[in-house]
Amino acid sequence: MLIPVLVGVAFVIFLLLYLTPGDPARIILGTQATPETVRALRTEMGLDDPFVAQFGRYLYNVFLRGDLGRTYVTRAPVTREIMAAFPQTLKLAFWSILLLTVVGVPVGIISAIKQYSLLDNTVMLLAMIATAMPVFWLGLLLILFFSVHLGWFPSSGFDTPMSMVLPCVAVAMPSMAVVVRMTRSSMLEVIKQDYIKMARAKGQKESVIIRRHALLNALIPIITIIGLQFGVALGGAVLTESVFSIHGVGRLMVDGIKMRDYPLVQGGVMYTAFAFSVVNLFVDILYAYADPRIKAQYRRAGRRKMVTIRK
Amino acid sequence: MNEGSETAAGHDEGASVENSRLRDFAHVFFRNRMASIGLCILAALLVIAISAPAIAPYEYDEQDLLATLEWPSAKHVFGTDEFGRDVFSRVIYATRISVTVGIVSVSIGMFFGGMLGAVSGFYGGIVDELVMRVVDVLLAIPSILFAIAIAASLGPGLFNMMLAVGVSSIPYYARILRGSVLSIREQEFIEASRAIGSSSVRILLRHVIPNCLAPIIVQGTLGVADGILYAAALSFIGLGIQPPTPEWGGMLSGGRTYIRDYSYMTLFPGLAIVITILALNFVGDALRDALDPKLRD
Repeated sequence: MLIPVLVGVAFVIFLLLYLTPGDPARIILGTQATPETVRALRTEMGLDDPFVAQFGRYLYNVFLRGDLGRTYVTRAPVTREIMAAFPQTLKLAFWSILLLTVVGVPVGIISAIKQYSLLDNTVMLLAMIATAMPVFWLGLLLILFFSVHLGWFPSSGFDTPMSMVLPCVAVAMPSMAVVVRMTRSSMLEVIKQDYIKMARAKGQKESVIIRRHALLNALIPIITIIGLQFGVALGGAVLTESVFSIHGVGRLMVDGIKMRDYPLVQGGVMYTAFAFSVVNLFVDILYAYADPRIKAQYRRAGRRKMVTIRK
Repeated sequence: MNEGSETAAGHDEGASVENSRLRDFAHVFFRNRMASIGLCILAALLVIAISAPAIAPYEYDEQDLLATLEWPSAKHVFGTDEFGRDVFSRVIYATRISVTVGIVSVSIGMFFGGMLGAVSGFYGGIVDELVMRVVDVLLAIPSILFAIAIAASLGPGLFNMMLAVGVSSIPYYARILRGSVLSIREQEFIEASRAIGSSSVRILLRHVIPNCLAPIIVQGTLGVADGILYAAALSFIGLGIQPPTPEWGGMLSGGRTYIRDYSYMTLFPGLAIVITILALNFVGDALRDALDPKLRD
């Protein structure tokens, strides 16, 4: 399933590049170029070939040679530019996911156990507010408070552990709220089940009930939502990088947008989509580990249930 | 009996049933205090958006070069920016953009995504297979990045931004509506309709889609929130609304340079976003509780 999806993504990106108004050759050469040189470059870049031929060449270049073309401005290979920046973005997304899992899941569990307590209500309100904040604004607020006022953390960079704290918190926060809410509702559903009553009735310790009986059975939706949050975290990283002056794909894309350097922008989107697809594959594999009855789960998923997806 | 078939039956049972269902819905909806608060905020935002010129004390592009970067005062309640423009007036005017973007982008996504999902779920077979594979591909691109990619292709501007945000949400609506259609399709009243000779287009439009509206309404409400957040993000990175037109995300981007000394410039537009999104989420959550009988205890 992974390969067809990646080809599809490449097609979407290619289509967007193809439909972008303006002649790439003209953008590269500038307004002073003579029509002859523009025409020569068009031929050289193969822009006069039919759509299918162009797409075929694009696919060949992307998948077999890892070549996304050259940027309009510096004429450097897009792949090289992105590969230099991508580790930073991945690092930011990865640590954010780790942070939100380590904090979000336990908080969700506690919230579910103590439903409608003061703690639960506070957590739910905070989660509400966190989902309502744009990541980049949260990043700005964190800089304002923890770096300008308190001076605890640096306001830019992503090399030292200290400088990684604020960006990770900013990117993790909205997703953490989603994970907390999902963990809570998933746990609440499980806690109502008869086998939990049964475990209590036989005198099992409460901590074991929560860990072994409740959490393990509530795990699938939690894994699903954390996997989906990786996409959100990648998007968040792209938006937050420029706030913290991190030299990642997001910074590259923002610069590309300013210079109308479309191959750079679309290349960045493609790489993040690829990373997200690979993570989705791992999530699918994780399911099998979390629940051996996964096939039964799929069969039951057919019944009608109102789902709302938060992106 | 689930909610979908009740609505269809109500068609024949007369107005009293419809009425009591509406009362039932209103009862559950307004029992949630947050929903009422959210609804009030949304109403207020709508009024602000419509009557922005009357509320804003200054024009959004009115520069006062003698009063640049002034902290909030009685004259400028939210202070002034680097061109001496009144931040309060700009936040007020920006409400118009956000309300428009939210509504239009959701309409685009809901209409095209909903149609795709409905046709895909209703007809099944090769059509379904094809549409769902396309949806899989689109869902593989993190949606904000998909919006960025589309907006980069289309270029900046209000309409292009709405189109980018709307198109990026199409796969989500398609999936949700397909799911509901699949479960409605097999029910008896559809079979009954088919038995009396209704055409499949008529069944789809008159019976299937009206019964799938609940989840799509909930998703739409939450989708307006996402639309506004996305619009802010696009403007923040320079793809959406271009200056001097005020937009909350764009204002944040402009104020960022001055965050150390003039933090009010980034504070107020951000607060406006948070309040709007909170209100929409409150209403969306309450709608879901009120429309989905399964969640009621």
